[in-house]
Amino acid sequence: MPDDKSDRSPWNWLLLLPIAIPLMTFLYNFDEPRLLGFPLFYWLQIAFIVLGVVTTTLVYQMTKRRRQR
Amino acid sequence: MSEHLTEIIVFTVLFLVVSGMGFFAARWRRPTDLASLNEWGLGGRSFGAWITWFLIGGDLYTAYTFVAVPALLFGAGAAGFFAVPYTVITYPIVFLIMIRLWSVSHVHSLVTPADFVRVRFGSPTLALLVAITGIVATMPYIALQLVGIEAVLKTMGVSGSGLLTDLPLIIAFVILAAYTYQSGLRAPALIAFVKDILIYLVILVAIIYIPARLGGWSQIFGDATAKFAATPAPGDGTLLNANNQLQYVTLALGSALALFLYPHSVTGVLASRNRDVIKRNMSALPAYSLLLALIALLGYMAISAKIKPIGTDVNTVVPQLFDQMFPDWFAGVAFAAVGIGALVPAAIMSIAAANLFTRNIYREYINRDPTDAQEAGVSKVTSLVVKIGAVLFILFIDPQFSIDLQLIGGVIILQTLPSVAIGLFTRWFHKGGLIAGWVAGMGAGILMLYNVANPATKHEHFGGSAFALAKLGLDTKMTIYAGFLALAVNLIVALLGTLLFRALKVADGPDGTAPEHYTADEGDPRIKDLNLSGST
Repeated sequence: MPDDKSDRSPWNWLLLLPIAIPLMTFLYNFDEPRLLGFPLFYWLQIAFIVLGVVTTTLVYQMTKRRRQR
Repeated sequence: MSEHLTEIIVFTVLFLVVSGMGFFAARWRRPTDLASLNEWGLGGRSFGAWITWFLIGGDLYTAYTFVAVPALLFGAGAAGFFAVPYTVITYPIVFLIMIRLWSVSHVHSLVTPADFVRVRFGSPTLALLVAITGIVATMPYIALQLVGIEAVLKTMGVSGSGLLTDLPLIIAFVILAAYTYQSGLRAPALIAFVKDILIYLVILVAIIYIPARLGGWSQIFGDATAKFAATPAPGDGTLLNANNQLQYVTLALGSALALFLYPHSVTGVLASRNRDVIKRNMSALPAYSLLLALIALLGYMAISAKIKPIGTDVNTVVPQLFDQMFPDWFAGVAFAAVGIGALVPAAIMSIAAANLFTRNIYREYINRDPTDAQEAGVSKVTSLVVKIGAVLFILFIDPQFSIDLQLIGGVIILQTLPSVAIGLFTRWFHKGGLIAGWVAGMGAGILMLYNVANPATKHEHFGGSAFALAKLGLDTKMTIYAGFLALAVNLIVALLGTLLFRALKVADGPDGTAPEHYTADEGDPRIKDLNLSGST
């Protein structure tokens, strides 16, 4: 991406987390521990949604100011 | 029929209210003139964060999703839950990609992904391939929205076999076609508010009320585990097994990459006002994923409640569950939520497909210099044709065929990734290499899908997207998402083809874009009256 300066930011690397982690089945393909009756497989993947929201919001906030011209 | 009378009345009233809103939408946010694609097809590119959130949410999480994902969990268990990681990883992936597409489309007044390819690679052929891929992938998707409505109508007992009993479905689609024709993208944008509020309401009630009646979540998961343990099928269960984990992961990743290549997603994104709206939405849209995760679990609730699908149509398990668990009037609300949920994406999809035809086939090959009004006129008529086609699909062809086509749709739309998504970042690929890659990926994808059998539905071909690696001679029982392998083939051929065409000094197309076009924002200068054929 040599043609682009203003979209570049080290914060963007954070977006790799919510992309890579939900793809690692060895992290969550278990029944125990349960939460509110939900097996780990289900509640942890639902928790990944929160991870996605937190990281994209953070990256949005941190890269917003850089875009003001 | 009488036992469903309350449901039918509630459903009909809500449906009519929403239809009224669809017609009213033409006057909403008062465009000076609806007769251009910018206004009719993209709502004037003026939508703010809230409208965009409802519009894209209503666009991506369709009625079919709401009936099919729980049906997957009902039938196969954990493997169906892929929809959750899929919708988690898609937003960070597109966070950086779609803002670039928005910017370059803003500067060049582009309407479709194929428009972008046309300007970027200077190749009408490549643009045509992207446009046709988009139309072919979208058509069965529209038909599937009808499958969603049909599942609800079946449960209420107002649909059966024969042409006359399909009348409610036809009426619903005629109304949809009429207000989309009149109001364009503003209609689904306005209706999406009602749809989403209804869906959120229904699901919140469902996940509190139904588990309470069934004896709690532990009971529900216990019943599901017991059911899968009792079946002879090796692939099901409430957890993944050694052989379907690769499929789970590649399907989630492949679907995430495909999602925003679909023309209707691009339409939703391009209709937003500026880059900020898109970025904010990428962090707010996962709220729908939460909803989707809970909806998916309705499949297990149906197991626990011992729901039986109507005939062999597993898509009826969710409507059946609502019918059995809720009081009649609330079941009516739930059915309306699903029915209206079908209208929003069906409208956006038909607009997106119509825009592709107008911009990349009509404008390129039939009338090279149309006025704005002519373009809008062609799109309006095409949107009608597309919807009639979808209805005919459902009436005269086995719905299973639409589901098969939708499966193929996901695989083939992925084949536009090198031109559209990678093209947003680099112009390295040669247009000839991209065309060769598209052909190879398309061929490989369809060949693989053809070789997937499904013993449960007795289909020898197109039985699913899980391709057995053993078919490639590997000694394993593992399966992989066919679209993922096809994309790999596509990329390798595109890469080799580019090197080859460069070595042979074959002329490449001109690039009509400049680096700063990819970061432009609201208020930055636009290239007026862009001539797509010359670009310079």
